[in-house]
Amino acid sequence: MSEFLHMGGYAFYVWTSYGLALAILLWQLLAPLRQHRQLLARLRRKYRQSSQAGNKS
Amino acid sequence: MRLLPKHPQRRKRLALISLLITGIAAAVALASVALKENINLFFSPSQILSGEAPKNHSFRLGGMVEEGSVKRNKNNLEVYFEVTDTVKKVPVIYTGILPDLFREGQGIVAQGKVREDGVFIASEVLAKHDENYMPPEAAQAIKDAQASNAPATTPIKEN
Amino acid sequence: MWSFFHRLASPKHFYAFAGRLIPWLGWITLLLMLAGLYTGLFVAPTDYQQGESYRIIFVHVPAAWMSMFVYMVMAISGGIGLVWKMKMADIVAASAAPIGAAFTFLALVTGSLWGKPMWGTWWIWDARLTSELILLFLYLGFIALGSAIEDKRTAANACAVLALVGLVNIPIIHYSVEWWNTLHQGSTVTRFDRPAMATSMLIPLLIMFLAYKIYFFLVLFMRTRAEILDRERNTGWVKQLVTEAS
Repeated sequence: MSEFLHMGGYAFYVWTSYGLALAILLWQLLAPLRQHRQLLARLRRKYRQSSQAGNKS
Repeated sequence: MRLLPKHPQRRKRLALISLLITGIAAAVALASVALKENINLFFSPSQILSGEAPKNHSFRLGGMVEEGSVKRNKNNLEVYFEVTDTVKKVPVIYTGILPDLFREGQGIVAQGKVREDGVFIASEVLAKHDENYMPPEAAQAIKDAQASNAPATTPIKEN
Repeated sequence: MWSFFHRLASPKHFYAFAGRLIPWLGWITLLLMLAGLYTGLFVAPTDYQQGESYRIIFVHVPAAWMSMFVYMVMAISGGIGLVWKMKMADIVAASAAPIGAAFTFLALVTGSLWGKPMWGTWWIWDARLTSELILLFLYLGFIALGSAIEDKRTAANACAVLALVGLVNIPIIHYSVEWWNTLHQGSTVTRFDRPAMATSMLIPLLIMFLAYKIYFFLVLFMRTRAEILDRERNTGWVKQLVTEAS
């Protein structure tokens, strides 16, 4: 196992590459998820406000 | 043609875009042919010996490390080797740590100047690796196969 | 078939269609990634020259391929938006740009991490590395231009022209290692004869490539859905969708 982690002396380069790849791919995946959720919440608020304003007048 | 837009305005826009792309491609092609020497990373030993490389300032030399030419100085980090493009050879002296991939028969790119006696004094040596990937056993098998063929025929130059 | 594409050109239908596809793409991406990482790290043998460091290839090369593929998707859909004034094409082009930029960045950084131990340098201004860096700037320029122009239509048109102009860089990146002499080695997989790679190493590389590709469509669809909601916020169907969901 420790031999595997050692990567023949190239541990730093190999694991940094894999770590960075996973971090970037994960970030790209989660960013639109969050954006979508926030947008839905914002639109929901917006529509509620406009329908309340419509009821009052 | 079904794919072409029927609407005249769309046709016009499509034609404009095609023209734009061909124009830019042509311009870039011409520029890169004109600048070929500048885009090329290094000069080959043949180019250096025919006087194409710059005389007084630093440039890059590229080629293969000649088999059996590497000599290391025992007292310091000085290394002597010859770089070949299979036609011509240039001797190189470098002092410093070589990259892991540096070995005889492998490609290198070295930055430096040609001394008056024709020796290339390198300030930096980079290893170039080829596009072949295989496990060590496969490489050994290829070597063995070549070795068993070699005495019968002339040695095959790998390129 | 033709009417299916016509329906997809409507943001409302695209939103629903992409929403149905996303879970499938997600699971396929996860499975392919796990298979690629497993075969790449545990099954593939050591390289005869580069030892274990060559394993960076499994995250580097697919990222570099995708950086060019995503650019073509972006430029072509931008061009379609420009000629046919198709709203969905603009949305796809705008959504592809950040993903392409991420792949390009990943290719540059992992390449650097591979170059240091093997070549002996983090960076060199050879034709391959320089043209890939220009690709990153094209993506960043596309994103910056899109966010600098207020009106969505004008922004999409300007971005599409930029993307189409930059298209000329794609063959340059691909053929740079043949047209000029570079430190970067030539192509391994797309050679005319057989790929110059042992099958046990080629398989994880192709699995990772497929994983990256499905992943791209997954993220692209997620981004386009958010973008559709944002642009169509004043339409009846979005209002209905949002209020019904809550």
